[in-house]
Order: sequence, then C-alpha cells, then structure tokens
Amino acid sequence: MAKRSAPEVNAGSMADIAFLLLIFFLVTTTIETDSGLNRKLPPMEDVVDPPIIKQKNIFTVVVNKNNDLLVEEKPMEIGELRAAAVAFLDNGGGKGEDACNFCQGARDASSSDNPEKAVISLKNDRETDYKVYIAVQNELVAAYNELRNREFARLNPSVGLTFVQADSKYSDPRTSTSEKEALKPKLDKVKALFPQKLSEAEPSKTN
Amino acid sequence: MSKFKKKKGGELPAISTASLPDIVFMLLFFFMVATVMRDSTLMVANTLPAADQVQKLDKKDRVMYIYAGKPSDRYQEKFGTQPKIQLNDKFATVQDVGAFVLAERASKRQELQNVLTTALKVDGETNMGLISDIKQELRKVNALKINYTTRSGDYRQNLK
Repeated sequence: MAKRSAPEVNAGSMADIAFLLLIFFLVTTTIETDSGLNRKLPPMEDVVDPPIIKQKNIFTVVVNKNNDLLVEEKPMEIGELRAAAVAFLDNGGGKGEDACNFCQGARDASSSDNPEKAVISLKNDRETDYKVYIAVQNELVAAYNELRNREFARLNPSVGLTFVQADSKYSDPRTSTSEKEALKPKLDKVKALFPQKLSEAEPSKTN
Repeated sequence: MSKFKKKKGGELPAISTASLPDIVFMLLFFFMVATVMRDSTLMVANTLPAADQVQKLDKKDRVMYIYAGKPSDRYQEKFGTQPKIQLNDKFATVQDVGAFVLAERASKRQELQNVLTTALKVDGETNMGLISDIKQELRKVNALKINYTTRSGDYRQNLK
C-alpha cells in the first residue's frame, strides 16, 4: 500500500475571512483630514496705545454678505487677489530708513513702505459664506508664501527647497534635530523679511 | 496496460488562486494601518472647504476639535436646519465653547497646556457669524492658536 501523506489543511476559506475583515476596515475608514490654515487670534486685552498705521500701509479686503470682494475700495474677482496682495506687500515705496532693499515691486509712493509695515486687514460680514472666507484667506496666505519662497530661494540657493517645503520639513516630527537646527535660522530670517501681518477685524453687522 | 497513460482531454488547468489571500491580506493591512477611528460621531454636515496653502496639524494630543455645520438629516427634525456647534458628542451653544476649551485644556498634560491648537472643522455652507462668535469665545479663554481645517484642493472649488 502506498504511503499516505498527511492531509493538507484546506485554506480555501482564508480568502473569505480576509475579505470580510477588509470590507469591515474599508467601511469604517475615514481618512482624517488633519491639515488646514493655521491662524493666530489677537489677544483679548485692549491695547493701551494702539500704534498708528498709515493708511497707505493697510491693504483692506472686505467680503460682503453676497460673497463679493472689495479690495482697497474697489470690487475685485477673487482670482486677482493673490497678485494684488503680492504687489502691495512687495511694493517697497519707503524712503530713507523705511526703504526696502530686497523688494522688487513698483515702488509706488501711495502703496506700502516695506513688507514689515504692510498690514492686510480682512473684514467680513456675518453672512459671508465660510468657504468663500477660506478661499480669501487661502489667497492671502498664498501671496505671503509666494514672496517668502522667492526670498528663501534668493538667500539659500543651495538648499534646493522652497520656503513652504522647508517649513513643512521643519514641522515634520520625522526630521532630525540637527536638520531642524540648520533650517530654523533660515526660516526665521525669511519670516522676518515678510512677517505675516494679517488682521482679522470683528465682523460687521448686516444692515 | 501502457505505462504512459495518455492525459485525458485538452482542458485548461484551473487558475491558481493560492495567492489571493496574500493580496487581500496586503490590502487589509494597508487599511488597518491607515484607519483612524473617529472619537466622536459627527452630528453635523461637514463638507470642509478646499485650500491649497495648508500646513499640517500638530500631533493629535495637542489638538481639540470644534465642529460646526447644519445638523445631519436625522437630527434636523429635532434641531432644525440652522448651523450648530458640536462639541464632543453633543450639540452646544456658543456660550459652551469657553467651558469646553477650559475642560479640554485641564485634561491635557501640563507641558501641553500652552501649546494646544483649536481645530475648527466647519462646513463650507456656514455663515461667518457663527465662526466669529466662536472666535470671540476662544479669545476670551485665551485659546489663540486656531486652525481652519480644510481639504486640500484648489480654492476655486469653494466658489462653484
């Protein structure tokens, strides 16, 4: 009689079991969105002596209840906002000690003196849609990022990263401490050249 | 009887499915690793607006979440269709936000209490009035670091 081999365990149902688990995880998975626009709110206490800001250094953006945009008293499409904000921040119209030696803008005397003094004031109505507000915020942050990228590339041509990439690398917990220490002064320098001065006023009441 | 029996029929051999479990397990492990279990059930509509200048949020233990939007379909009968705030698993009013933030802050470890971020997960259709009210409450309790949580995508999607 032939030698009988041990019977093989039937693994045919393994696929079924695995499919069952797979479908369970497919259904329960919600890939979490954990990114967004970081903002800092102004503290509550009243500033005793508010600094006086010249009108030409303020870039006013108003979003009304119909989600229309008013930039510097003129209506504007949201697609043009980024370029307008870049032109304002990069203007560098100051003279003497206010002069801006790295700006590449039009140096218009009626626009901002230098990026350090330039303030963007964003005002919205209580009935503005949140998504439009986010779109406006996004464009203003994009304007800052565009200028910061340019300066970062100019000051650190050897790094081979843009400011945004370097910044996300800096905040990534997987980056080593030595790399972070090397990046920090470079990032801080660019941030000081173009400080993000974006003021969010309290909303106006709908009339 | 011949030693070499002719093989019968010209049928195709069955395709081996032995590697099927391996493939399925591979997918299974991917989803097991990528899954993040939600810690609160959403009771509001939550279609986040899109933005492309996004920054990563901090580690999960340094973030507290505030949801807002229209109540979902099955709650609309009871709570109406006006946008509402959801904190943990309950609907809340604007006045509750301050207490919520203080309670969350107290529940975190000492060294994290000053680096907390408030993530606002707000539906795109909400009016800014509600968000401004939340922001005012956050300022009152000195929770100044906020994050408008968004999907990543082009901003033009928000304008339709």
